[in-house]
Amino acid sequence: MTSIDKTSMQRIVIVGAGPAGVRAAETLVAAGVVPVVIDEAPRAGGQIYRQPPADAGFARSKRTLYGMEAGKADAVHSTMARMLPKLDYRPDTLVWGCGAGQLDTFHAGRQRTVPYSHLLIATGATDRILPFPGWTLPGVYTLGAAQIALKAQGCSIGRRVVLAGTGPLLYLVAYQYAKAGAQVEAILDTNPFSHQFAATPRLLRQPSTFAKGLYYVGWLAARGVRIERGVTLVRATGDRAVQAMTYRDGDRELTIPCDAIGFGYGLRSETQLADLAGCRFRFDPLNRAWLPERDTAGRTSVPGVYLAGDGAGIAGADAAELAGRRAALAMLEDLGHRAANAQAHVVKLDRQLANIAKFRIGLEQAFAPHLDCASHWPDDMTVCRCEEIDAGTLRRCIRGGEASEINRLKALTRVGMGRCQGRMCGAATAELLSAETGKPIAEVGRLRGQAPIKPVPLSIALMAELDEAPDHLAAIPEHARDE
Amino acid sequence: MTTNPSAASADKPQFVRLTEAHRKQVGLTVDGVAITALTGDTVLSAILLHTRRVRDTEFSGEPRAGFCLMGACQDCWVQLEEGERIRACSTFVKEGMHVLTRPAGAVEA
Repeated sequence: MTSIDKTSMQRIVIVGAGPAGVRAAETLVAAGVVPVVIDEAPRAGGQIYRQPPADAGFARSKRTLYGMEAGKADAVHSTMARMLPKLDYRPDTLVWGCGAGQLDTFHAGRQRTVPYSHLLIATGATDRILPFPGWTLPGVYTLGAAQIALKAQGCSIGRRVVLAGTGPLLYLVAYQYAKAGAQVEAILDTNPFSHQFAATPRLLRQPSTFAKGLYYVGWLAARGVRIERGVTLVRATGDRAVQAMTYRDGDRELTIPCDAIGFGYGLRSETQLADLAGCRFRFDPLNRAWLPERDTAGRTSVPGVYLAGDGAGIAGADAAELAGRRAALAMLEDLGHRAANAQAHVVKLDRQLANIAKFRIGLEQAFAPHLDCASHWPDDMTVCRCEEIDAGTLRRCIRGGEASEINRLKALTRVGMGRCQGRMCGAATAELLSAETGKPIAEVGRLRGQAPIKPVPLSIALMAELDEAPDHLAAIPEHARDE
Repeated sequence: MTTNPSAASADKPQFVRLTEAHRKQVGLTVDGVAITALTGDTVLSAILLHTRRVRDTEFSGEPRAGFCLMGACQDCWVQLEEGERIRACSTFVKEGMHVLTRPAGAVEA
């Protein structure tokens, strides 16, 4: 085995320390490479295996925190802990820009440029959001947020919680909440049971994951948790904070008093860095989103830039671990590194990933988002929560013939231009454009990413560094500066 | 648990602490009001364990209380007394922290 660091000036950087990033790092370390691992979170694990804050007195066991996934969570955490002496690990560090072989990072008020020769982007996902009237009221959160409140803070998002939307996370969060003693008023699944039944053959590709899903639903039903399927989310109402959720079941409108709502429609990939790195994108019908192109190993259209995990298309945590390993093997191969048994490892990983891909098609069938929702959104419903742009403003712009493409609509209305850069409203805006223009969603354009991909506070500490890094501050557009 | 369906008053807490309540206490202020949080609480949790509002939007002035809790939605930015702006969901409480949820100089009684 040759040590790459000693034989060349290669610098391998992994962004993200979730299941994909950790397994990629493990594979590289095993080959004698010392990667830089940059993570926005203070502790490794990603969102799915997120750990409570360190040294703060949190005492729940991994079994309590991660349930049936405790073994996997522990394996990812302990792999990371074991590797720490062999890594350049930079937690609590935001990557806000990328270009020409370097990343722009921000940590503890300080700006730092990190060059790379090889970059693995393992940035994960956030909830896919399709709004309903009232979704900006205090008390309305994503399903992911509901889970983080419980897992990382020991809190419920409210006293009386409605969980809504669709996707595997809907039932998992409901189960975790009910088990922790929270009052789950109802689960409102926008998909009918028939979709989930029809998807069974594909879901059986991953029998243990499928069985867990059935277990959660059975556990909830046995405890009398109200589960409504095939419903439409009509509106959340309340005076300055949510007080009720109204949904439609057939011809009937029903209202459930509550003080918190968690909702989401599956996940969407975090692709901004791949965009800034210059990766070519293609529309992916399964994800109903534009994704960076990659081969089965995770290579993008840009030499030296690789993808793994949910940031490259949603496939879940097990697939992320496999894809992280696979992308690391591709990096090693491209570096001319000859590892023993690499080929056998590659064949096995590719077979496992292909199987999960079939399962993923089944999941999408079981939990398809509510696709005609955009035509029902009232004009006064907020679509973009940063810039407070409502559906009516967007419709007027589209119907007036001013915009039929998403970036043009953004330029004219500011939708998706705010601090979140369209993470929360991008999917909704695309659906609305598609509904209004009659064009397939693949033809309404792709919301382009822009540095900084998250707000960079111009703190006093950073200002003091002005002399050191004037170029980088100049690179932050005026509108995106936070002060 | 008593609830008044006619008012979603902001002086009620949004979050409920279900577990992990045996951590060390931390004192901080939010808009000048002293509150107690626990070590390892985020600023967002600390605020929402006391009230249902974290900030007001720049345009309509509507109240917001965070949304994604994972640093993506950017809907929980607040300010520290010294002027630094922080994302409440990804900043942990510190003893003696003074958090302002309204722009400096516009703190209401």
